[in-house]
Amino acid sequence: MDLDTLLRAIEATSIATEIREGESSFPFLECVHVLAVTLVVGSISIVDLRLLGWASLERAVSRVTGSVLPCTWIAFAAAAISGALLFSSNAITYAHNTWFLIKFCFIALAGANMLIFQFGIHGSVANWDSAATPPTAARVAGALSLLFWIAVITCGRWVGFSLQPGMG
Amino acid sequence: MKTKALLDFCDSIDATALSQTIQSIKWVVPAVQTVHILAIAAVMSSILMINLRLLGIAGTDQTVARVAGRFGPVVWWSLPLLLLTGATLIIGEPARSLANDFFQLKMFLLVSVIALTVYFQRPLKTNPNFWDGRSGALRVIAVLSLILWSGIIFAGRWIAYL
Repeated sequence: MDLDTLLRAIEATSIATEIREGESSFPFLECVHVLAVTLVVGSISIVDLRLLGWASLERAVSRVTGSVLPCTWIAFAAAAISGALLFSSNAITYAHNTWFLIKFCFIALAGANMLIFQFGIHGSVANWDSAATPPTAARVAGALSLLFWIAVITCGRWVGFSLQPGMG
Repeated sequence: MKTKALLDFCDSIDATALSQTIQSIKWVVPAVQTVHILAIAAVMSSILMINLRLLGIAGTDQTVARVAGRFGPVVWWSLPLLLLTGATLIIGEPARSLANDFFQLKMFLLVSVIALTVYFQRPLKTNPNFWDGRSGALRVIAVLSLILWSGIIFAGRWIAYL
């Protein structure tokens, strides 16, 4: 089964049809998606700025991550679910949209960056937890995370514009 | 609300050179919207951190005044950026925004939540312990704030659909 056959099958499901044809399902899911995405990017930037040594300096890194990252993950789950439902309504169109594909490349980069940080420099966090300026590897991870997530939002906005001119 | 005066005002904005420029360069609106959303991300995450502290859910190792001191300024510094980008979007598409019911609802919610935020933050300036022992009031403030800000996002997104 090739990819488009699978995408067509996704679009044909009753839930995808309802989102595509229903009066307010699509805008409602968009609202949830926007709310969730702003919370993902906003909350992760709090961690990024701490790693960069630019904000929350009086708090240990582990304290910042401890209070912020649970919010990030809950918001990420909401963004992923609402995003998957939005995708299902027009799966073929989205899958062939360049901005949509670039957006997912940046999400993958953000994920890879997080994994490298988690299994790399974060292993020694006990040594620099309270340092105002974390080690270079941690600062690089913070800077990359900020850039990747800004790119994700930018591409996401352009997806809307490239599909529905004027509607945004 | 769609009075004749409002629609005339929209038409007069529409006729300006600035509005025509924004309309004719295709990337301006999505670019400005992107900045607008990034500023909203800063506001929403800061608001969430403050409100989770007020609800006693996160950041409880810090005082209310300290959490408000860390994240409050992010909200206030983001607002001018939101007004600037929002105004650009209005100038580019005046009738679609100003005369839109959801835009008007959004502005009403925005004014309400700014008033609520000032009500919460102001006493902390003179007395960091002002809210100590008033956890019931803090919970009401937190829930109201979260509802209002979420409503602003919903209304903002719905502008495109009316």
